[in-house]
Amino acid sequence: MASKNRAHVGQYCVACGCCVKVCPIGAISVWKGVKAVVDTLRCVGCGRCANECPAGTIEMIPREVVQ
Amino acid sequence: MKQQQLHWYDRLWIVTPIYLGLGCFNILFAWVGMIFFCLPLLIAIFGGGKLYCNRYCDRGQFFSLLGGRLKLSRNYPTPRWMRSNVFRYGFLIFFFIMFFQMLFVTVLVGSGARDLSQFVTLLWTFRVPWHWAYHGTLFAPWVAQFAFGFYSIMLTSTVIGLIVMVLFKPRSWCVFCPMGTMTQLISRLRAGKSEPCTGNCVCCNEGDHHAG
Repeated sequence: MASKNRAHVGQYCVACGCCVKVCPIGAISVWKGVKAVVDTLRCVGCGRCANECPAGTIEMIPREVVQ
Repeated sequence: MKQQQLHWYDRLWIVTPIYLGLGCFNILFAWVGMIFFCLPLLIAIFGGGKLYCNRYCDRGQFFSLLGGRLKLSRNYPTPRWMRSNVFRYGFLIFFFIMFFQMLFVTVLVGSGARDLSQFVTLLWTFRVPWHWAYHGTLFAPWVAQFAFGFYSIMLTSTVIGLIVMVLFKPRSWCVFCPMGTMTQLISRLRAGKSEPCTGNCVCCNEGDHHAG
């Protein structure tokens, strides 16, 4: 199930919650209404959140990369 | 996999067409829109963050339905300039200026310095006759004037939202929605210097790293 990629939320997140709704495993939550946060341990790297994000701020990055 | 369970609030999209429809019959229904204006701010002020946007926003759900399920959106990326903070906060300021201008007109009508204008101003520019939705009122004329002004704002934002929904992502409107920008700003102020857990560590599951 685990992919070599994971979702990463950039600085332009508007915390709209679109990504939360489409995440198939519930690995994303909106932190205090400020930005979306991805539980990278649970993220399966499906990319649905990145596709849904209207702000285009979610990207799929290799798991090895630590931001 | 997470079970996609439907809740009552997942059907709130119906509120948007009902609200806009009622405004076509009686403009005084526009006052109901104050709920959509005050509730997100109150939720954010009292620590609920963007719960309104995330869960209860009828307009967001309406755009998701049209652009997502009914596939009326091209699903193109929202332009970079539209996502920028300059545009978001610029639009918020512009929205506020137009809102206070609407309030000023309401005050003028209330003081008798101006007659009631029975039209809806679309996109802050085009005056659309709307007299059929005004049947006289037991209230003062300013009540109806505010209703016309507020309905203009709601209709204008819906039209802009529909345009960006078709051209870009279903919920591209959410990127620069003034209510969303305001509630995020309030949430940022409430969060202070604390930072969310980036998820790269396993030291906590609270998502609450404190800076400084």
